[in-house]
Amino acid sequence: MTTPRSYLGQIQPGWWVLAAFLLVYPWFATNFFTYQIGGYTLILGMIALSLMVLAGYGGMVSLAQITVAGVAAYTLPIFGENSVGVLGLGWPEWVLYPFAILIAAVFSTLVGLISVRTEGIYTIMITLAIAVSFFFFARQNYALFNGFQGFSGVDAPSFWGIYWRDPMPFYYLCLACAAFFFCATVYGARSTFGLTLQAIRDNPRRMGALGYNVTAHRVYAFFLAGLIAGTAGVLLVLFNGRVSPGTIGVDIAIDILVIAVVGGLRHPIGPFLGALAFVLLENFAIDLIDRERFNTVIGMAFLLVVFFSPDGLIGLWQKAAAKMRRRDNHGAKPTVKSTGEETQADLA
Amino acid sequence: MFVKPKMLATSVLALSLATTTAWAEDIKMGAIAVLEGAFAVLGEDSMRGVEMALEEFGYSAGGKSIELIKQSSDASPDSAVRGARKLVEQDGVQILVGPLSGSEGIAIKDYSKTQPDVTFVNGSSGAQDTTLREPSENFFRFNTEGAQWMAGLGEYVYNEKGYRSLAVVSEDYSFPYTQVFGFLEPFCRLGGSAPQDARFYVPIGNKDYSSVIAALPDEVDAIYVALGGADAVNFLTQYEQAGGDLPLIGGSITVDQTVLGSKGRTREFVIGTPSAGPISDTWDDPRWQAFVATYKEMFPDGFPSPSLFAHAYYINTKAALLALDEVGGDVSDGGAKMREVLAALEFETPTGMVKLDERRQAIGSIFLTEVVEGPDGNLLNKTIKVTENVNQTLGVPYEKFLEYGAVSRENPACE
Repeated sequence: MTTPRSYLGQIQPGWWVLAAFLLVYPWFATNFFTYQIGGYTLILGMIALSLMVLAGYGGMVSLAQITVAGVAAYTLPIFGENSVGVLGLGWPEWVLYPFAILIAAVFSTLVGLISVRTEGIYTIMITLAIAVSFFFFARQNYALFNGFQGFSGVDAPSFWGIYWRDPMPFYYLCLACAAFFFCATVYGARSTFGLTLQAIRDNPRRMGALGYNVTAHRVYAFFLAGLIAGTAGVLLVLFNGRVSPGTIGVDIAIDILVIAVVGGLRHPIGPFLGALAFVLLENFAIDLIDRERFNTVIGMAFLLVVFFSPDGLIGLWQKAAAKMRRRDNHGAKPTVKSTGEETQADLA
Repeated sequence: MFVKPKMLATSVLALSLATTTAWAEDIKMGAIAVLEGAFAVLGEDSMRGVEMALEEFGYSAGGKSIELIKQSSDASPDSAVRGARKLVEQDGVQILVGPLSGSEGIAIKDYSKTQPDVTFVNGSSGAQDTTLREPSENFFRFNTEGAQWMAGLGEYVYNEKGYRSLAVVSEDYSFPYTQVFGFLEPFCRLGGSAPQDARFYVPIGNKDYSSVIAALPDEVDAIYVALGGADAVNFLTQYEQAGGDLPLIGGSITVDQTVLGSKGRTREFVIGTPSAGPISDTWDDPRWQAFVATYKEMFPDGFPSPSLFAHAYYINTKAALLALDEVGGDVSDGGAKMREVLAALEFETPTGMVKLDERRQAIGSIFLTEVVEGPDGNLLNKTIKVTENVNQTLGVPYEKFLEYGAVSRENPACE
């Protein structure tokens, strides 16, 4: 009994406030803010989280995460129901969703197998090549992917008397998935596997010499990231009710990278912050500025974030927090200053 | 770490609440077009069409002033629906004009079914299924679509030009399929043929056509080219350089100003190419001339002549405004009365009379044109014939038309 309590006790009070806010958010937000801002932020955040897991802990920047999500998204109308009359095998939902996530994870593993032996920019290039070729394959193939048109009429499930595409249930569904993967990532980063992965990121040769199977760890990281992206892909197709090559285009792959980088790759909350900034800008930049130039605003905002804080929005927050702490400490006991900063860096 | 999103969200919330109440008296109209990416130039011209219609009515209809809210999509159906959702659910528009491209149109039509109290009028999207199959009660399209645009062309090349067998070079997505279908259907019914192995579908943005040109059969009479913009220029240049000498037939966006304005030998090569579409730049009818004059006056930095996108957005917006005028700007019933008026609306556009069929799809005029050399040496599309009252089922009954099947690479078979 004492163990879980002490474990929960380690959590800073700020997180409880955030959790409480996210839980009551749909009670006062409009349907639009619950569904299109809230739901979509959590979905994009999850896809970016899968990239953050690979890039932040594994040092492998993959541009194919939206493709992994797309594999799960396409699995739903192909094996489930759609309204365009191509395939649609009509599998029941309780088989379909886990199956779609698993297919995506397997696909992600394959991406991993192909790309893990490369480093740095070559990983980016290989995964970009996979994303581009999958995009064009989906657009040209009519037998399986229904080409340019893609699939529409993918319905959300309704059980327990709830239709899960209604804004509030859908938001809570996304929130539950996002919270699960967020906590899993926080926990996983401190697990043996997580620490090994980070050690491999920092020095693969030394870890190899110590007897660790570097390739296997990296491929497994791809599998885990695939589970996250696959789940997000299922939610994405439920959110849109449709999937087409436009859903998994190269521009979206870049968007995911932007979200992860702007949010920050050092902590799992980063991708969600980045996704929130992205979704808000995407929706409201056009109201703030000349309609023809709103993309410039989006670009400038991201440029400024990255310029002033290479660690993204998390970095900005941590800088501000460190400054405040320094000011507080300055009055009381100036000698502790350095230790405060060190723990801050360790946490990140 | 947690304060930031909360503060952002709440401040935006407060902001949006403030704007909703301030304009409660007026009617809000949303317009969605592609203002980013490859089609941005066309999207901007679309918005010019919307502004022309609103300007004509002095931004008011039925005694209420109209506020226009613009929204951009990136030509993908997902982004079009997100944009529409923002306009409807966040900005609270009662009328939505758009979108621009075919797949977007189908997605917005599906979305309109979930918003029965909002009136959707199309922008320029021309996919057949937007109104042909599973139409939506509150989605209206006052512009003609891709298959209608080909009306008269198949008969013309069979009877007047005497072509019997054709090769097809087309981009690989739904809009060109619709055009190929609309063109080949009457052509093949008359007895013409376009064998499957002489149909070439290339991705949008294809640069190298050498493999297509090498595979083109010699025994055909002409090539039907359904490519747009830079794709058309690339194909025509390469075909001409490869020594090709077959006559051409153009889709609605194939022989436009980008091709006609190009220099070099391609110019002479395209003279005599017939095509068909919803507008004709050189039509001497006073209604069209007045429209072009207004366009040039309002937008000196626009195109030399309004594109079919500006035209389509213009007539769709105008239809909505006419209906609003008729009901005295009263949309308090969720627009039900207005939609009744819209369904029965019949009005004069720059290209002639337009009315709707029972699936709320336009029946309108189509222009058959041919490329000629003008008096000053410029190439232009000369109006050969205007076909009025072209309906979506190309003259056959609805049930029979459905039996032709959905547009695709192979439809019609036409062996």
